[in-house]
Amino acid sequence: MYVAVKGGEAAIEAAHAWLAAARRGDPSVPELGLAQIEQQLALAVDRVMAEGSCHDRGLAALAIKQARGDLIEAAFLLRAYRTTLPRFTPAEPLDTGRMRVLRRISATYKDLPGGQVLGPTFDYTHRLLDFALAAEGAPPPPPAPEAESGVGPMPRVSEILAAEGLMRREPAGEEAPPPDLTREPLRFPAPRPLRLQALARGDEGFLLGLGYSTQRGYGNAHPFVAELRLGEVEVVLCPPELGFPISIGEVTVTECQMVNQFAGAGEAPPQFTRGYGLALGHSERKAMAMALVDRALMARELGEEVLAPAQDEEFVLLHADNVEATGFVEHLKLPHHVDFQSELEKLRSIRARVEAERAAPRAEAAE
Amino acid sequence: MRPGFADPVLDAQAAFRAVMQAMARPGTVQRLAAAPDAPPPIAPAAAAVLLALADADTPLWTDAPEAARGWIAFHTGAPFVAAPEEAAFLLATSAMPPLAGLRAGSDEAPQEGATLIVQVGALRPGAGWRLSGPGIAEAHRLAVAGLPADFPAQWAANAARFPRGVDLVLAAEDALAAFPRTLRIAEEG
Amino acid sequence: MRDPVRSPEGAGAPGAEHRRREPEGRDPHYNFAYLDEATKRMIRRAILKAIAIPGHQIPFGAREMPLPYGWGTGGIQVTASILGPSDVLKVIDQGADDTTNAVSIRRFFARTAGVATTTRTAEATVIQTRHRIPERPLREDQILVFQVPMPEPLFRLEPRLAETRRLHALADYSLAQVKLYEDIAQQGESASSYNHPVLVNGRYLMSPSPIPGFDNPKLDRNPALLLFGAGREKKIYAVPPYTPVKSLDFDDHPFAPMRAPHPCALCGSTTHYLDEIVTDDRGGRMFVCSDTDACAEAAGRAGAAR
Repeated sequence: MYVAVKGGEAAIEAAHAWLAAARRGDPSVPELGLAQIEQQLALAVDRVMAEGSCHDRGLAALAIKQARGDLIEAAFLLRAYRTTLPRFTPAEPLDTGRMRVLRRISATYKDLPGGQVLGPTFDYTHRLLDFALAAEGAPPPPPAPEAESGVGPMPRVSEILAAEGLMRREPAGEEAPPPDLTREPLRFPAPRPLRLQALARGDEGFLLGLGYSTQRGYGNAHPFVAELRLGEVEVVLCPPELGFPISIGEVTVTECQMVNQFAGAGEAPPQFTRGYGLALGHSERKAMAMALVDRALMARELGEEVLAPAQDEEFVLLHADNVEATGFVEHLKLPHHVDFQSELEKLRSIRARVEAERAAPRAEAAE
Repeated sequence: MRPGFADPVLDAQAAFRAVMQAMARPGTVQRLAAAPDAPPPIAPAAAAVLLALADADTPLWTDAPEAARGWIAFHTGAPFVAAPEEAAFLLATSAMPPLAGLRAGSDEAPQEGATLIVQVGALRPGAGWRLSGPGIAEAHRLAVAGLPADFPAQWAANAARFPRGVDLVLAAEDALAAFPRTLRIAEEG
Repeated sequence: MRDPVRSPEGAGAPGAEHRRREPEGRDPHYNFAYLDEATKRMIRRAILKAIAIPGHQIPFGAREMPLPYGWGTGGIQVTASILGPSDVLKVIDQGADDTTNAVSIRRFFARTAGVATTTRTAEATVIQTRHRIPERPLREDQILVFQVPMPEPLFRLEPRLAETRRLHALADYSLAQVKLYEDIAQQGESASSYNHPVLVNGRYLMSPSPIPGFDNPKLDRNPALLLFGAGREKKIYAVPPYTPVKSLDFDDHPFAPMRAPHPCALCGSTTHYLDEIVTDDRGGRMFVCSDTDACAEAAGRAGAAR
């Protein structure tokens, strides 16, 4: 059994061979293609892109296949690949106001310029298992009906509120260009650009739980979805060699702007404040949870009392990264017998001392 | 433009190891086998240190003339700053800038103290100052030709503000030595 | 009883090939030692400042490595940044060269740097370690790279990094002293058996990484350069050669390193740190060296003496 730990290379190679066989599963079942994953497990691909911090559907699909569908493992694979890529230059800020919108809803207005666009959503589906999907080889569904008129301009809801002076103005960026979390470690207190970067690659489940906690009284939140939009935005670079901006393509993102009432403090009048969420791909739950947590983390800047876990930036940001978290939790599988041995000797020593002390008074009493 | 390292990967590694050895064993003299042929007045050892460690993330100050600056900029991409106190790396090819005027970091972030590379006339181990501190078993002797006369006093003031402070790399032709801020210098004894 | 616990390819096996180089050489798909040059420069700058400020944790932009965080990524990034083609690398985990993670990391560098690897402490120029310091005294021409899970020695007492950074700036280590005082008051000795904090050069409190207290005295005035890398926590720190390192203690309760009171069942050593191995379910135990190379050496000496 000890050989299992002092196992050496043969054991590792055997384990990897077994993993490869388990990944393939029953060879009589057709092998999954990357295109199938990309097309038919698109939201898994989106989650891996968001948490892997890399917008590449093909690579995300490959990572999911390699990870046997373990999405955190897949995000890790994508991150480890991403870190080997050269960094050319920072992109210009994405202009989500000019998004080619696939879906856009606002909970704060019944109707608004550009309208409500439901898009491909699970909302209002009845969560009944659809056994028709179990029958393979069914003809593809008919194309979805097109909107009657072309979608017009879609001003952002936050700008509608800002025009009325009811939305808190974002202070100008502390640093230009913004810090880059992939090149420098988190520091505290963390400026908002660094916080948003950490949240954008943070674990969806962790942010979901934290965001939920702010709705249940852990933090002073009264959130409304001012706007949730999904679509394609252009990525623009301005390479120093060229000196003018060029478009290098489009990425799909989900953006959520959550408004919260704010009582006002000091000079600031009562107004709305904004929590912001942005995720690569179609990841509404992630973008919404991120917006809730972003707003909670603004407590320090707004002079609110920091009482709830979601408002505690060290707690939130240092534990949101699932690649870091899974590594450290799972490292407990590594041998620790040297440490454990020293604990054993320590415990034996302390026990021996206590027993000697217990025995001593009795011996005295007997004399 | 003169070339930089013949092998950018392995020569940079060798130069870094020489600086690391020098910093870990203050006062020992390291020789660089593969230092680049830098334009004058840059000493080969100083050039190797810069090429190994400076880049776009390290604001750099130097008193070297334009042609030499162009060579450094081309091979490192480091941005030049005019004020010594703004630099992460400094290369003094002639007079050493006063240590008290350089970035020393803060008590919370003392690692932000600058690294100053000073070109000196000669480095002779076994004679001169008596050096002690971390990295030195008992004491080590080093004679340095070409530092300002008040250098020991400036250095004592630098050491007194520990953990803040400036770290020094001394370069003479293809040889280098380093003085981390923990080093103590005794002139006699 | 003959060697029931070493795998055939283990370092302790007689006649084992202890030094090798990948026959195919370095994998040309990766930069030398995997990391790109900009990342190496950033880490190298951090290492130099770490040496200049002994025991102080330098934040660095740790990268995602192809191994998980917590599995040695900090040590790997430090090793990758210092390693050159003429180095001879040894990797140990729990003192042993043939533990699975040590094998995995050694293979990583054999593949990406093409360096020679060894299981012999005496032959290595760079030793990456998890949880041990080799028994054989290190030399001036050797570098020991520690994998560090939690670099902050105060983290159990104060988890906030902004606060611990302030405490280090003030050299205020009263939290750790109070904890040690309480341990001694309650149970007569320090409760920490591994990862016992040390004071470096009289200034910085430092985590020695989770080495057993038995190894703490080896940190003091060690001729080798000691480098510490924490990947997930993104910190690098160092102890230069011959630097005074003192385990936190009190004059009337001096730090006492511990070791199981037995000889090694394989080599007979009464001075090496021991692993305890459960041999049956009736309380049977045997004790063997944790440092496989030191054990093999001692066994060789014992055999020669017979």
